[in-house]
Amino acid sequence: MTDKTKDILFRPVFADNPIALQILGICSALAVTGQMSVSLVMCIALTTVTAFSNLFISIVRNQIPNSIRIIVQMTIIASLVIVVDQLLKAYAYEISKQLSVFVGLIITNCIVMGRAEAFAMKNPPLPSFLDGVGNGLGYSVILMTLAFVRELFGSGSLFGMQVLPLATEGGWYIPNGMLLLPPSAFFLIGGFIWVLRTFKKEQVEAVEYPMAPNTVGGHAAGEAA
Amino acid sequence: MANKESFGRTLLVAAVLCLVCSVVVSTAAVMLRPAQQFNKDLDRKSNILAAAGLMEEGGDVEALFAGVTSRVVDLETGKFTDAVALDTYDQRKASKSPELSDAIPDDLDKAKISRRVKYAVVYLIENDQGVETVILPIKGYGLWSTLYGFVALDGDFNTVAGIGFYEHAETPGLGGEVDNPNWKASWVGKKVYPGGDVSQPALSVIKGKVKLDRAEAIHQIDGLSGATLTSRGVHNLIQYWMGAEGFSPFLGNLRAGEA
Repeated sequence: MTDKTKDILFRPVFADNPIALQILGICSALAVTGQMSVSLVMCIALTTVTAFSNLFISIVRNQIPNSIRIIVQMTIIASLVIVVDQLLKAYAYEISKQLSVFVGLIITNCIVMGRAEAFAMKNPPLPSFLDGVGNGLGYSVILMTLAFVRELFGSGSLFGMQVLPLATEGGWYIPNGMLLLPPSAFFLIGGFIWVLRTFKKEQVEAVEYPMAPNTVGGHAAGEAA
Repeated sequence: MANKESFGRTLLVAAVLCLVCSVVVSTAAVMLRPAQQFNKDLDRKSNILAAAGLMEEGGDVEALFAGVTSRVVDLETGKFTDAVALDTYDQRKASKSPELSDAIPDDLDKAKISRRVKYAVVYLIENDQGVETVILPIKGYGLWSTLYGFVALDGDFNTVAGIGFYEHAETPGLGGEVDNPNWKASWVGKKVYPGGDVSQPALSVIKGKVKLDRAEAIHQIDGLSGATLTSRGVHNLIQYWMGAEGFSPFLGNLRAGEA
């Protein structure tokens, strides 16, 4: 593996993480991270879709007229998502029932669309495919971390296996119900970003406008508007 | 090669893309349909069994299902009927057909299902003494979706033997907790009707936890935390299907031995 491929594949995992740095694809990160098994399937589904949509879009990129390029990308992505959804219904019925609408919502996941437009439209098929896998991995790292924390402390289990015996079932652990609610993922993502940026200082964004006092005629506010 | 930005070229690319994508999508849908249908059937059968408390871990669903008799009930009269053939009758489809279903007046439509089928398929498990368990199909609107499920009653046609939903699109982790085994287990042993009165179901899903020392606790189920609207939906659909518009005439007949 050359350094460049390695870079394309692994850069999005920590250095350029789609969720933590680009703050894309938050919606499903909140919704499906209550259980690790469900999250894992979601990660596989999203990684597959991102990788193959990047691949196919990159293959036809020289044929796509600029005026309809977004529609073309959407059509390819939507078709892939439908196929993945159908596959899940056929071979992972239980999990697909739990993921319900969220597989379909991969269509609108900004990571897929973002990588197609930013990378696949400009690069050859193989790097595009790897870029898709890499970004899928980046997404997966966050989702699995979130799901680990949420399932362990929210239901006392990992992948459905009881790790902390629940008080309601004769054990000692009283689960934190808040972690089962989607907003808790916000706090966890916030915490993850904080830790990541503590170690990778270059990810901290420069302040666009410093907090200005309420003086009349202050031009900073005017410019921002 | 023509300019790829030209009008004709744009139309051509769009047309070819749509054709290819629709072929891929429809091929996947058609080829995977048998597997999906098989999963759905298996899931439906195991839900019927699970609602009745007959589902065993790793048990053979088909073999277990052999002990279950399916019958059609006329909801109007509350009696068994042969008006429709069991193996061709599709209750889901019937609920949309004007011949096989009736519109429910707004004030009676607690479960928000707008149409009620004339004939419902019920499942009976019988022993030497008569009916041991009766399994009734239920459905109603939750927060995002219609919940489809079954409720099983013991031979007294009053005690809940189990409940299960086999299809819904409620929020995973919140309303989706209608599938939680502990919550479903909390239904077992609850009584649907107070005293001998079969016309007014008392079984309800309340907000918060049931106070076990209260007399009415025997009719109450804990609400799902973080899922008020789904809990209310389940409450409403139980009230509807156990009430006069639903299965209470049939249950009355069963009890009197006249179904």
